[in-house]
This record gives sequence, C-alpha cells and structure tokens, in this order.
Amino acid sequence: METENRNDPEKNENKPEENKFDLAESKYEPVIGLEAHVELCTRTKMFCGCKLSFGEDKNIYTCPVCLGHPGSLPVTNRKAVQYATKIALTLNCKIKDYTIFHRKNYFYPDMPKNYQISQYDLPLGVNGHLDVEMGDYTRRVGITRVHMEEDTGKLLHTGTTGRISESEASIVDFNRAGTPLIEIVTEPDIRSPEEAREYMIALRNIILFLDVSDCSMEEGSLRCDANVSVRKKDSEKIGTKTEIKNLNSFKFLQKGLEYEVERQIKLLEAGGKVIQQTRHYDSKTSTTKVLRSKEEAHDYRYFPEPDLVPIYMEGKMVEDIKKTIPELPSAKAKRFEKQYNLSSYDSNFLANVRDLADYFEKCCSCYDNAKNIANWLMGDFSALLNKEKMAIKESRVTPENLCRMLEIIDEGKINSKMAKSVLDAGWGILKTQLKYKAIARSVVFEEVNEKYTTQICSGCGEISGNSPKGRAGLGIREWICCECGAIHDRDINAAKNILALGHERLAVGISVL
Amino acid sequence: MEIHYLTAHELKDRLKKREISCREIVESIYSRIEEVEDKLNSYIRLEKEHALSRAGEIDKLINSRAIEVADFTGIPIAIKDNICTKNITTTCASRILENYIPIYNASVIDRLESRNYILVGKANMDEFAMGSSNENSYFGPVRNPWDTERVPGGSSGGPTVSVAAGEAICSLGSDTGGSIRQPASLCGVVGFKPTYGRVSRYGLVAFASSLDQIGPLTRDVEDCAAMLNVICGHDENDSTSINAPVPDFKSFLAEDMKGMKIGVIKELMSGGIDPEVKEAVQRTIKMAGDAGGKVEEVSIPSLEYALDVYYIIAPSEASSNLSRFDGVRYGYRNMKAKTLREMYQRTRAEGFGEEVKRRIMIGTYCLSAGYYDAYYEKAQRVRTLIINDFKKVFDRFDVLLSPTSPTTAFKIGERIEDPLTMYMSDICTIPVNLAGLPAVSITAGLSEGRLPIGLQIIGNILREDNVLKAASCLEKAIGFADKPEI
Repeated sequence: METENRNDPEKNENKPEENKFDLAESKYEPVIGLEAHVELCTRTKMFCGCKLSFGEDKNIYTCPVCLGHPGSLPVTNRKAVQYATKIALTLNCKIKDYTIFHRKNYFYPDMPKNYQISQYDLPLGVNGHLDVEMGDYTRRVGITRVHMEEDTGKLLHTGTTGRISESEASIVDFNRAGTPLIEIVTEPDIRSPEEAREYMIALRNIILFLDVSDCSMEEGSLRCDANVSVRKKDSEKIGTKTEIKNLNSFKFLQKGLEYEVERQIKLLEAGGKVIQQTRHYDSKTSTTKVLRSKEEAHDYRYFPEPDLVPIYMEGKMVEDIKKTIPELPSAKAKRFEKQYNLSSYDSNFLANVRDLADYFEKCCSCYDNAKNIANWLMGDFSALLNKEKMAIKESRVTPENLCRMLEIIDEGKINSKMAKSVLDAGWGILKTQLKYKAIARSVVFEEVNEKYTTQICSGCGEISGNSPKGRAGLGIREWICCECGAIHDRDINAAKNILALGHERLAVGISVL
Repeated sequence: MEIHYLTAHELKDRLKKREISCREIVESIYSRIEEVEDKLNSYIRLEKEHALSRAGEIDKLINSRAIEVADFTGIPIAIKDNICTKNITTTCASRILENYIPIYNASVIDRLESRNYILVGKANMDEFAMGSSNENSYFGPVRNPWDTERVPGGSSGGPTVSVAAGEAICSLGSDTGGSIRQPASLCGVVGFKPTYGRVSRYGLVAFASSLDQIGPLTRDVEDCAAMLNVICGHDENDSTSINAPVPDFKSFLAEDMKGMKIGVIKELMSGGIDPEVKEAVQRTIKMAGDAGGKVEEVSIPSLEYALDVYYIIAPSEASSNLSRFDGVRYGYRNMKAKTLREMYQRTRAEGFGEEVKRRIMIGTYCLSAGYYDAYYEKAQRVRTLIINDFKKVFDRFDVLLSPTSPTTAFKIGERIEDPLTMYMSDICTIPVNLAGLPAVSITAGLSEGRLPIGLQIIGNILREDNVLKAASCLEKAIGFADKPEI
C-alpha cells in the first residue's frame, strides 16, 4: 500500500510524511543538466529511404542500409537536417558553417552496424538557450549543443515479464533503427527537479509548434537523461555527478531527480562521497539504482564518418529555414494579449499549446467575443477534455460547433448551465444512446459521412450556388436552390440528405428486398 | 588464339559478326577453368549453370535483334567476392561470411547487368581485402599462373589470376592500398584504380571507406577504358561518389604522347626497388620520351610517411567497418556461447582470420581515448600533406610514373610470418589511395625468371584521360603479349 501512496502525488500532499526532505531548507543545491532526445517525424529514416513506422509488424520497414548489411552506405536525409536546424534556431543556437557526422562505436544487438552515426565535435548548433517560466522567476537554461543522429532498433525479450533477466531469448525489431534523432544537451543551469520538469515541458511545447516531432514521452519520441550533482549553496564548484536514465515521463523526471538529489545530499551530509556512475530510475519504487560505474564506461572511439561528406550550412539555406519557423509560444502570447485583449495569463495559457492556440484562433474567426471563447476553452472545455483523456485535436466538437453554441447562449435560447451539459453529454454519448435504442427497437442504425449535406439541395441533388458554405454560411438559415428553386431550411435540408445517404447504404446491404 | 585469351573488344566484334556465340565463349571459359583452376584457386564460387543459361538467353536476344551487342554483352566476367551479388554468396573470403547471401546488388553489378554481362563466379581474395599476397583467404591461397609456387599479389588475387590465366575475360576488383594494381603487376595484366568517388562503393563490403575503390582488371587498356565507361558515374546511394560528367574513356586511347609532361617519382625509383624492376621501368620511361613525352624526375618527400599513415587510417576505419560482423543478424555465429558478450567474442575470434584480427586490434588501439590524437588525428594531417604535395606536382605534370610493386612475385609463405615486410609490397601504390588519385598498372615486361613487372601510371584527380592516354601509348610501345604456361 505504501508504494501505491508514493506514486500518487495528490495523496502525498494530503498526508505529509514526517521526515520529508525539504530542498529549500538544505545547505545544498542541485546542479542539473539534461540530455533530451527527440525523434523527428520525417517521412523517411535518417540515412535511407525506409518509412518511419509506429507499432506495426516487426522488421518490415528495413533495407540493407538500416539493417547494416555489408556494403551498404548511408545517405543523409535533407529534410531531417532542415528539421534539426529549425529546432536549433528556435533554441537560439548558432548554426555552424559546416557540420560533420562521427561514428560512435560500441557493441549492442539493437545497433545494426555496432556503431551509431552521430555528431561529436562539429555539431549542427551550439550556444543556445531556452527561457523557462517558473511563475515568480524565469530560468534561462543554456543549450550546449543540438546534434543529429540515428535511433537504434528495439529489443524485445520473450517471456511474460518482458525483462531480459527472465527471458529465454531476445528479438530485435529494426523498424525504429535509423529514425532521425536530435539530441539537445543543456548546460548545468537547472537548479531544481521542478525546473527540470518545466524545462522539458517548455522544450516539448516549442518543438510541437515547429511540427517536426510528435514529442510523445509515452511513445518514446521524446526521451530524457539527466546529469545531477549537488553542491553547497555558496559554492561555485560543481560536485561529482551521476547520470540518470529511464526518466520517461515528466513526472518520472521530477521524481527521479528528487530522489537522486536527496540521496546525494544525505550521502554528503553523512560524510560520504558521490561516485560517478550511471543510474537507472525505477518507477515502481521511485528510486535510482546503479547501472554502471565510470570504470565500466564505454570508450566510444569517435572518428569522422568516412561514408558521409560534410554538410555546408550556407547562410541562405539557414535563412530559408528560418522563414519556415512559425510564430512561437512567447510571441503568440504577446500577440493574443494585444489582438484579442486578453490577460497575460490567458494569453500564455492559450498560446503554449499549438493545437489549443489554433483552435482558439479558429473560434475567433467565426465568433467575435474572444474573452468568452477563452473562458470556455480554459474552463469547462479543457476540463471535459481532461476527463475524457482526449486531445483537443481528437474532439468532435469543432470550433464551428463551439461558436454556434456560444451564439445560442447569447441569443438566450439556452443558458450556459444547459450548454455545459450539452457539451458534457457530447456527441459521442448521443450516438451511443441512439444506437443502443435503435438496435433495441430493430431500427437500422447507420453512420454516414455528413460531408456536403448542408450544401447539396435535397430536391435536385446539386451543390447549389447559393447554399450555405463554410463558416461564412453559418448565418444563413433559409435559402432557395438556384438550380431547382426549392426553398430550404438549412438543418432540415441537411437532415434529408443524411437520411438519403443512410438509405443508400441500406440499399446496398439488403439488395434482396 | 584460344577464345579464352581474347579481349572483350575482340569478342564483341566476333559476336557482332555472328562468328561466335555467347555460349561458345562461356563454354570455352569453363573448360579452361576445369583445366587450370585446381592449380590456381582463383574462385570461391562458380556460377556455371547460371552462366550457361544466361549465355543461351543472351544469344537469343542477339539473334532476334532484341538487343544490340554492346561492350561486355555476353562477356564472362569474374567478380571479386567482396562485391555484393544478389542471391549469390558474397564471402569476402572470410569464415564469418561463409554462407552470407546478399539481399541486394552492388551498384556496379546493376550497371554490368544492364549490359547483359555474364558472371563467371565470385573470385578469391585476401580476407576482407586485407593482404598483398592472397594468402589470407579462408578458402586457401591463390597461385600465380606464371609460377604456381609464387603469390599472385593481393588482395584481388582471384580477379587478377582469372584474367591472366584465361578463366575470365576480365574482372572487377577493389583497391584500398594497391589491391588491383599490385596483383596486376605480379600477374601481367592491366589493373586500374579510378579516382576516389568515380565508381560507386555501394555494395562493396567496406575495408577502409576513405580509400576503397572498385576498378577493372583486363587484358589490355582498351578493355580497361570500356569497363570504366560502364562502372564510372554518380550514384545517389553513395554520398562520396563524385557528381562529375563521365567522358567516353575509349576516346582517350592514343598513339603518341606528344606534349605530355611526365614525372618520374624519385622516391619510388630508389631504396627497396628490385634492380630488375627498376631497369624494366626505366626502359618504358625511355619509350615515353620516344613517343613524344617530356620526361622529368620529380621528388615528393612526404611519400616517406605514406606507409605509416596508411597503416593507421586503414585499420582504424576497418576496425569500425568490421564491427557489424557480430553473429546477431547474419553470417557465422558461435552457438555454444552462454552470454551476449561471449557470443560476440567467440563469433569474432572464430570467424575472422589472423591478419583481419591484427588490423582490427591496430585500428581499435589507434582510435582509443588517449591515443586518437597521437595516431589517427596525426595520420590524417600527414595525409593532407601528401594530398597537397601531389596537387603541387600535378601543376607541372600530366602523369607520374613509378614501378607498381618493388619486386616481382614472391614465394608463397615467404613473407606471411613477417607482416612489416609484407606491408612494404604496397609502398608504390599506397600513396595513390591516400590522395584519391587514378592510377593504372600495365606490364612493362618480364624478368629473367619470366615473371611480369608492372609500370604504374598516376594521374591527377578525375584525369583518367591522361592515365589512359599514356597507358595505351606505352602498351603499344612495349608490345607485351606473352601468356603464362600453367
């Protein structure tokens, strides 16, 4: 039971532990640097023409190159270089005039060539920074380097537990091998586990804006390792660090660091010494365990990849890439504040997540009370999405739907309480209920594609010149078909069309009648 | 002359005139193979059945006028066993790839297939192209047709001997430090290493990526030029392949060398060069002058370091290139190992031969933390010096001449216990790879013991034209036509 409690932060907050460690009261402060890995969402792999894949059959997206067959050679994916450059520029990095790949040599079965093509002393971007808002202060985190490399394959261990120690055999799936990967390394500028978490969230949000990666920690397209040491608060000297692996969620990142910082401080206070080692975060126990010590560290024998030529990052090319960078969260928030007359808090909330920002602006284009939209989006609508564990992109309530609802409230046809329950019940539930009731009464239930059902005249079947179209047509209630002269109520016309579509489907299904 | 000793262009003429069929050519090659292969061991694998049926198909195509007879149409060609052939084993003469069947064709194979060539078989070589005597093959040594007690040179021993002994009309080899030119010299055939990047390396199992280059072994310079026409050109699968126009190399075959500026490399005409070799080379230098060339001696002092540089860079790259042979995905695997680490160790210990392991060790050492700067990094700097020295020399000269090998063919077993002496065999050819230059070896004549002596002609980057001009002109002046008695 105790471990369960520990995994639930809410319960922990309600029940303070007796000797809970308080970092603020300690004489020590943590010094943290992060290494983030971002899988790019290019169409093909980093060095061959194989498609990127997700959760498909094993080893189907492979070729001689990404399988490391003898004689095969890598060719750099231009798109990946562009995407990486976008990330580096956004993180305020200096783009090197030319950049080269190195080989990082070590043996492991998930690496087809037993070396990884990566970058070493001439990375793509250097000396950048990312400002992380911490509420009452801003932490500027220096970006040491942004570099490109290829991902490894995946090892699958047989047996029920999936653990290597308990399996008879291991299988390698090379679908992921060669996926373009960007490594983003920070300076040791981070001073608390919370800052580390906020940095990663900010990094994810900014990269999502660039549309170059899914940045899903769950699916592993965003991963993170941390270097941690502690030192006396008045000291300038950096202490001995440990590297923490397997921090594969924002929560685990913070919890892993909290554990490690506390472990190191307690060790030093007891007169002990921190040993340089790589540690593994165990999410079940919220602790870190030794993976390997410095003595066991690899000598990667880096040397310039002779199969690839240097990439010259010409000024014009970099300028062209710069032009493709969209408006970023901070700039967007400032614009929202001005353009829609929103508070700074509201603007930041809406601007930080790309899909939410886009949704908000779509709403603003068909309904003119921006503040009202913001309130709904930040309040009930977000709460509802959270409850359903649904991304705003996946919601079936379109910006047009939401605006229409706000209009109806404004017209006084329903009150906002009713509107909330309409939203809450949602389209999905209506559908489920309808289907259930239809089946119970032997009525045929058919789903049809409602596309064009508003625009087509139910009388003559033509897309009439003056039928309501798009957002602009939302205001048209009644219209006359210019093809056949039929007079329509918008919704009734659409309903007729939908019914007709349903019948068509039915006809195919029961042709014997 | 017997069919198996004709050149590809002579056979092309006969095919065109319907005086001979592909099937006859292929049959004559295989009967020659039956006759001499036991003594020579040129091949790791023969593709007789496939070759005969292919020949029949090509004859039909020619007779029905479905295809024109182009260069190498229906010509039996041997392919070094480090060039990937789809569905046909490609072993690199190593136990670790004994049963490896590639899933794709090397780019050069695709190019040859577009000409309807005929694959005779996969030719023997030093394991992973590491060696100068072809004694390092898991499938046994190749023997020199001029004296079967002697080595044919290496690492392209099989491709070279097959051409020299009439077991193929021509062949493709690979050259990392002299592996085409040195055996060509020791066996009396023409061997050409093109400019680095002229020929796609896609599908050539890598030894040292920054030095490897595929090239032809032929009976004369004309066939050599024709083969360059087929295999040269940009390939988007090889990032290091040069995107430059490819001229018609056959148009450079010349009668004289009027106005050509010829440099004789001083450092490669002294020291360890065998007097007989030196004399033969000097005779051809005189011929060059007689043919209208302006001959001058030239010194390139940095060549002194070429061998040292090579034996750091090549093993370093090799140690990384060969790490993929681990028993996980393909090739030999030790099945008794209990742990992953043990599997790696035993697979590689048992799968690789002695010379390969030696070079992996040297390379791993040179790239290790703390040694990288002193070895690999420094070697790269000296390599740049050598490149720059060649650049300067080519401001003044069109081609450079030297012996190809400091000696004629040596006895099997003579140097195998002494790697350093063995490494000296490539002293004249290695600088060319380091600088990425094109160079050819043609036969300057025979020694008193009837062993071939090779002349090396080196050109500037992408100036295969000058090399071919000098080679064709000197080939005529020398008039070498002897064949080995096996």
